[in-house]
This record gives sequence, C-alpha cells and structure tokens, in this order.
Amino acid sequence: MKHLLTGNEAVTRGAYEASIAYAAAYPGTPSTEILENIATNKEIIAEWAPNEKVALESAIGASIAGARSLAAMKMVGVNVAADPLMSFAYTGVNGGMVLISADDPGLHSSQNEQDNRTYAKFAKIPMLEPSDSQECKNMIVAAMDISEKYDTPVFFRMTTRVCHSKSLVEFGERQEITKKPYVRNLQKYDLVPAVSRKLHVILEGKLKQLTAFSNETELNFIQWNDKKIGIITAGAAYQYAQEVFGTTASYLKIGFSFPLPMEKIKAFAQEVEILYVIEELEPFMEEQIKAAGIACIGKEKISNCGELNPEIIGKALLGLEKDLITCDGSAVPNRPPILCAGCPHRGFFYQLSKQKNLMISSDIGCYGLGGAEPLDAKDSCICMGAGASVGHGVQKMFNKFNETKRVVAIMGDSTFFHTGMNSLLHVAYNRSNTVTVILDNRTTGMTGHQENPGSGFTLQGMPTKIIDIPELVKALGIDQIKVVNPLVLPEVKAALDWALALDEPSVIITRWPCVLKKHSVKDKTEFGNYMGTCKVDEEKCIGCRACIKTGCPSLSFNKETKKVKIDAAQCVGCKVCLQVCPVQAINKVGE
Amino acid sequence: MSEIKNILLVGVGGQGTILASKILSTGLVQAGYDVKMSEVHGMAQRGGSVTTQVRYGEKVFSPIIDKGEADILVAFEKMEALRWLEYLKPNGTVIVNDYQISSAPILMGKQDYPEGILETLTSKVSTTIINASEIAKELGNVKAMNIVLFGAMVTAMKLTDISWEAIIADTVKPKFVELNVKAFKAGMIANTK
Repeated sequence: MKHLLTGNEAVTRGAYEASIAYAAAYPGTPSTEILENIATNKEIIAEWAPNEKVALESAIGASIAGARSLAAMKMVGVNVAADPLMSFAYTGVNGGMVLISADDPGLHSSQNEQDNRTYAKFAKIPMLEPSDSQECKNMIVAAMDISEKYDTPVFFRMTTRVCHSKSLVEFGERQEITKKPYVRNLQKYDLVPAVSRKLHVILEGKLKQLTAFSNETELNFIQWNDKKIGIITAGAAYQYAQEVFGTTASYLKIGFSFPLPMEKIKAFAQEVEILYVIEELEPFMEEQIKAAGIACIGKEKISNCGELNPEIIGKALLGLEKDLITCDGSAVPNRPPILCAGCPHRGFFYQLSKQKNLMISSDIGCYGLGGAEPLDAKDSCICMGAGASVGHGVQKMFNKFNETKRVVAIMGDSTFFHTGMNSLLHVAYNRSNTVTVILDNRTTGMTGHQENPGSGFTLQGMPTKIIDIPELVKALGIDQIKVVNPLVLPEVKAALDWALALDEPSVIITRWPCVLKKHSVKDKTEFGNYMGTCKVDEEKCIGCRACIKTGCPSLSFNKETKKVKIDAAQCVGCKVCLQVCPVQAINKVGE
Repeated sequence: MSEIKNILLVGVGGQGTILASKILSTGLVQAGYDVKMSEVHGMAQRGGSVTTQVRYGEKVFSPIIDKGEADILVAFEKMEALRWLEYLKPNGTVIVNDYQISSAPILMGKQDYPEGILETLTSKVSTTIINASEIAKELGNVKAMNIVLFGAMVTAMKLTDISWEAIIADTVKPKFVELNVKAFKAGMIANTK
C-alpha cells in the first residue's frame, strides 16, 4: 500500500527505517513539520533546540556517541549552524549524520532566497537532493549509509515544494541498527591545528572517493528518450522539466548533487545535440559543468530569481505561450497576512505607533506584522536575533552624532532564546540606552506553536523547567525591567514612557499568550478565561474609525451607515478596540 | 497516457480548504490515481490568501498547477476566485462560494471590495454559484461550508463513484461526521439543480 505524504512526512519515515536515534531542530518554514512528525516516533529522541547551531551540535554529539542522527532547519538556519558544519566535515562521523536544509525559492516565508547547495561544496560534504516524497524517504536511508561508509556528514537539500507537496510513498523495512561504541579519538575529534591540518588532507581524499561514488550511483540516473535535447536537472526542477518535455527529451537526473558525477555528465553530453541544465535558483551545477569544458545552456535562459515552474521552463526553452482567461489577478485587492483578532501583540504595537521620534529595530516572527498598515511600527528586520544588536548599533550612532532619535528593539520569546539573548548581552555590556521589548506570547507563534525553553514542555510533550525570562534578562546585566500586560494600553504606554526616559539599557516584557495557542493548565491559571466578544453600540458609535486604526480584522467600517461592526465569529474580546474608542461605544458582552 | 486533471482550491486562512483537500486526495488515492498535492504553509492562519493544488491521473510529475491549467477552480471566497481566475483553463469551470471576507486594505477603507464579481466570472467562464454558508447554516454549522463546496466540486469533476462518505467519517471528529456528510450531500445536490 502506498501512502500520500508530504516530503517532510516522508523524511520522518526514512528516519524510522534508517534507525536514526536522535533528531534536533529549530522550527522554520518549510522545515518545521520534519521534527514535529519525528517526535511522534517512540524510537527517536526528538528535541527543539534554542537555535540551529545548537541543534546541529547536539546531532553531532549523538553521532560522536555512535548513534545515527539528524538535524533539520530552514535554509537561513544553516547560516547559524555553519560554524559546526564546516568543522564537522573535517572530523567525520561515528554514527551516520544528516543535515536537512529546507530552502525556500520564491520566498513564501523567508527573508532571503539563498541557494544552500553552495554549503555542501563550501563544507566539502556530499549532498542529496530529493525531487518528491518517495525520494525523500529513500534518500534519508541512503544518506545514512553514505555517511557511515565515507565517514562524513551528509547535506540533504529540500525546497518548499518538496517539503510541502504530497506524493505517494511506498514504505520499506526498518533496518535495526544499534549504536556503535563510543571511542575516544583525539586525532579525529579534537580540532586543534595539528590535527586539522591532517584532517584537511584526509577530507580531500574522501571527496575523490565520493566523486567516484557519484559517477557510479543510481542516485544519478539517465532516462533515454529522444536525444535531440538532453536535460540535466535535480530536485523539484526534475518534475517540472518532465512536465514540459515529457518523452521528447532525455534526462540525467541528479539526486547526488555534490560532488557532481562529471564523467556521467560528459558521457550524457556527448550523446545529445542540445544540453540544458534546469535548476532552481543559482547555477550551481551549470557553473561546474561549464568549468569542466562542457557546453550547456542554463541561466542565460532561466532566471536565478524566484521559484521555478513548468510555465517558466516552457516559455524560456520552447517559447510556449498559452491562451489565458483575461483577468488581472494583481488588480484584486491584496490579502496580506495580519495580526490575528485578539493577538496580544496588537495592544503593544498600537501604543508603540503613537510614540514619536523612534527607530524600531524588529526581528523575525509574527510581530513583524506590526510593521503593516495601519500600525506601521517597524523600521528594519534582518535575521533571527538581530533586533537588539542592530538596534544597539543604531542607537550608539544616534548618540555619537547627537541625534535625539531613540531605538526600540523588538523580539519574541522564542527569538530571545534563539540568539536574541546574545544581542541583549551586548546591549547590557556596552551600555546603549536601547529599549528592548520581548513580546512573550508563551509560544513560537509564526511557525505554528512549537514549544520553546519558556513554554514548559519539550517537543515530545514532557513537562520541563520553564526558563524565566525576567530572571534571565536580569542575569544578562539589565537592571531596568518591566513586565506588562500588552492588552492594557495605559500599562504599555507607561512602560514605554518610563523606558524612553532612561539613559541606560532597559527591557519591557509583554506577557500574554498567543490567541491561537492551546492554553496549558498553567496558562489558564495565570491568564484566566478571558475569551468573549465585544460589541458596538450603534447608538453611541460616531464613526470616527479610531478602533479601525488598531488593525483588528474583526472590525469593519460600514461606509453607508458610518458605523463600525465587530464580527462575533472572529472577535475574542481582547478589549483593545474598547480602550481606544473615544465615546465608549464598545462593550464586552456579559461584562 | 490518460489525461491529468487539475483542481485548484482557493480561499482565506481558516476557511477549511485544507480539510477539503485532505478528503479529496484520500479519495483519489483510493480510486487508484497517482496524486500530487501542493500547499504553501507558513502564514495561512493569519488571514492570508491560501491555495491547495491537487493533480491526479495515471502519472503526475509537477505538484503545482500553472496558469491556464486548472480544470476547476473552487473558490471558498469570491474575491479569491478573481485573484486566481487566470489559473483556470479557458474552458474550465469555476465553483464560487457566494461569500465575502474583506481583507485588511478593505477593512481599513483604503480599497473597496470589488463589485460584481459573480457577474464578471459568469461573463468569462462556466460558473457555478453556491451559497455554501447559507446551506451550512441551515444544516446547523456555518463552518461546514467547506464540505458543501467539496460536494459541489465532486459533482462537477464526475468523481461521484468514490465512497466519500466513508472517507469523511474517517477524517473528521466523530461528533462532526453527521453534519459533514449532510453538508457533502447538500453540496452535490446544489450543483445538480
């Protein structure tokens, strides 16, 4: 029987079949569901790490201990984990180890469009690139064998369409593999210069062996059809190429994409008249193929920007044009994601947007949506944990050059634990009067409610120590700390006024759970049952639209009646709109 | 090779497109088709525009549907039908829920909700208008409008031979089975009138 699975679910099955014993990750779209699914497997210890570097390092530890392990992250997470990655390539493994990089061509939910295949070449480790869910499952099993045979971590590159598309998967048998013994070996695991010099030479030798393997393995296979056009392709692009060319072209499908099988590529190129390289994002294969003296056509026809699809390939290589229904979808009003009705961030951002002369250094998370109209409270967002450190640099320069602008740095609870802590330490140590705000919504919101060190539970559902954010902030060297309820506007305003009057580092922590989060027993005790609905008294409403400026999606303004209406299906009764109404026309039902 | 069929479901985060597509793909696999389905996750819960693409046939390659390739466009919200209309084949069919959800720029009064959407659709393509929220409300729960639309789509795609009721029973929580089966039947009937 075949199973319809996403690539992420299929990876989980592969991990089970290959007897992986340890898996760690930090959540990030499109990789998040890999660990969420693995966590349901009793055979595997699965953990959320505070960040990707820690996730990879603990998977490295599991490998050194002798067990098979896996780390998963979105592509920008690999930047965070790049330090251990580069060095682990030198030591090699004990138990097999695979690093999954989930790239996001088209930026469905990311801050850049980097092509992480470059990392495999950079770190000098083998790379696998599945193109559908069956390959995701099979290649995790293959990755473990390759890792142990060649004594190297394996880079496993997925993309949004591979991670989140469902296709049919046939399961295999589980290989029962027990942990290898741990052996202390300084010449392998102690990367001091004298050891690393030798290991670099050994690594180059491994790459030669891996190149030979790449030329032999069926992970790189040829499908002969018509030989007029030959196509070298990998990942999701393989599916798109077949969609366009069908049996009118021959394919060299690359599943093992570093080191490239250059002998196989040469042989394939000699048999075909025109050679296309079809790959998403950067000319990773194309550049190496051209450097080997093989003529091919690639990025001169197909852009390295954006996500590929069959339409782009058909237009670029075959000049295909289709008849379309004339309807300009881009003229339809946008439907951007917004802070949910009842989102605890709304009250904070509403009040922040009222403050003048600020530079707002934000970070990665739902609170980035505080930058959207009408709240419009954001100046920058660079990467995870950058809010406070970028803010610190800005504030230092404002102060040095006698500018009066003040910096408010924003981060969420999970981002604080990720790398925001380090940034705040910098603020405390080097004493900028940056106001740092930690929006603690008791969960990791944007990626869909994953536990984190502050939430009280592990990934596999065990109750655990709750890391106390105010205590931790204090320990980092911040003396000025206030904890507020972000839904009580006067409280937020008072805290902002207080912090902006200080000439030293300060931290405001807003503490209220995400409205979509399943509340734990502890949450219910602390926050009570506040859910309800607000209602507009149409007699009193003067149509001033002050409440609309909170940006709540449950509010709408009727142009004919000049009154505001609250959609009871969406409203949870957070009372932010109620507080901004100048004529007290909004009431919470039942209060 | 038999022809590949493409179904595009579009709506707004929270409308239940994902449940509908889960039932759909389960049924297609049971019927012996090769199936691929693509969804973009991430910000779906935050009121954004959401799409699910389902392709089935003897052998499916791409998991995504290009512009001009969908055999049917099922719009859970009117404005979304307009946004995705270009993805429909010129001789394809739209099933549109006569239901409006204003997006942020409209709520704030910066833009107006497009007028005459149903007329525009009808003038361009074969269009079936379903008042799924009314039908679901009559059955007792407005949220079942996703399954009403699903029923209408099953009729349009001539997929009535699949045992959908059993799949619905296996997919939704026990207390919602009866409601969803009713919604499914009502949707099928609504599209045969």
